[in-house]
Amino acid sequence: MSVFPDLGDHAGFIWMAYGVSALVLAGLIGWIRIDARRQMTLLDDLEARGIRRRSSRAKSKGASKAR
Amino acid sequence: MTQAEGTFNRLANPTRFMGLASTILPWLTCLTALLLLTGLYLAFFVAPEDYQQGHTVKIMFIHVPFAWLAMMGYSVITIASIGSLIWRHPMADVAAKTAAPIGACFTLLALVTGSLWGKPMWGTYWVWDARLTSVLLLFFLYLGLMALWQAIEEPSRAGRAAAILAIVGSVNIPIIKFSVDWWNTLHQPASVAKLDGPSIHSSILTPLLIMAAAFTCLFFVMHLMAMRTEVLRRRVQALQLTHVDAAGVTQGARA
Repeated sequence: MSVFPDLGDHAGFIWMAYGVSALVLAGLIGWIRIDARRQMTLLDDLEARGIRRRSSRAKSKGASKAR
Repeated sequence: MTQAEGTFNRLANPTRFMGLASTILPWLTCLTALLLLTGLYLAFFVAPEDYQQGHTVKIMFIHVPFAWLAMMGYSVITIASIGSLIWRHPMADVAAKTAAPIGACFTLLALVTGSLWGKPMWGTYWVWDARLTSVLLLFFLYLGLMALWQAIEEPSRAGRAAAILAIVGSVNIPIIKFSVDWWNTLHQPASVAKLDGPSIHSSILTPLLIMAAAFTCLFFVMHLMAMRTEVLRRRVQALQLTHVDAAGVTQGARA
């Protein structure tokens, strides 16, 4: 017995519809994740060079004063 | 200020939004996976063949949710665009921009899966009837919005132009919905969202609704992820600008 159900004469159309959908959605999720990682890397790089947001600078100043 | 307005204003703060998104995303991702697995199991192993469509009805379990989400995505953009134009809400701008590629993908999938259903059922991949044509127009509207965001460099100007286009284009949404009632189309009329209740048997309606819930959750998972990235992108751009300005001032002082 096959794991895949018997989908009759139009099985090709059904598998194609599900396959294309899986590919497009996986591509979209992948693109969103890669974009997120790229922005995180850029932000980390800027912060490593000492370029920070005012709120981050205020926080780190507050933390060093508390120490 | 009402409680709803208070919540709305709190979410306008990007930092607060980032925290909230980080809390919601893992739960929403788990819910999406659970619903998708249940929906696929019911669609392939439990739902019976349709008396007219046979096994091809399985395409409907993805085509119908994709078509709903194509319209929902544009409605999200329209509401966010109104928020952006009237209240200059920073997160509304971010929400409108990031919903466009997601909505475009769902619209493309609605068109492709519809064509793959149409060939065995209607004998053709495509007809220029009012429903199919108005959905194709929706796809072009999404592409137009994405192109506009890319064409204008300054985010606030791009946001305003895209918001106006989005609001004008929203007239297409009721046209898509009612096209099957207003014109004589090959596409069948509504069979789920009807005043006298759905005309689909529960054995097919249940997996369809579960798949619709799964893809709706997936839409919001991707939208939240993309919104988070867009907030980061704007922070990076702001920091780069600050750095360039500071470097310019230092050079000017040396000269």
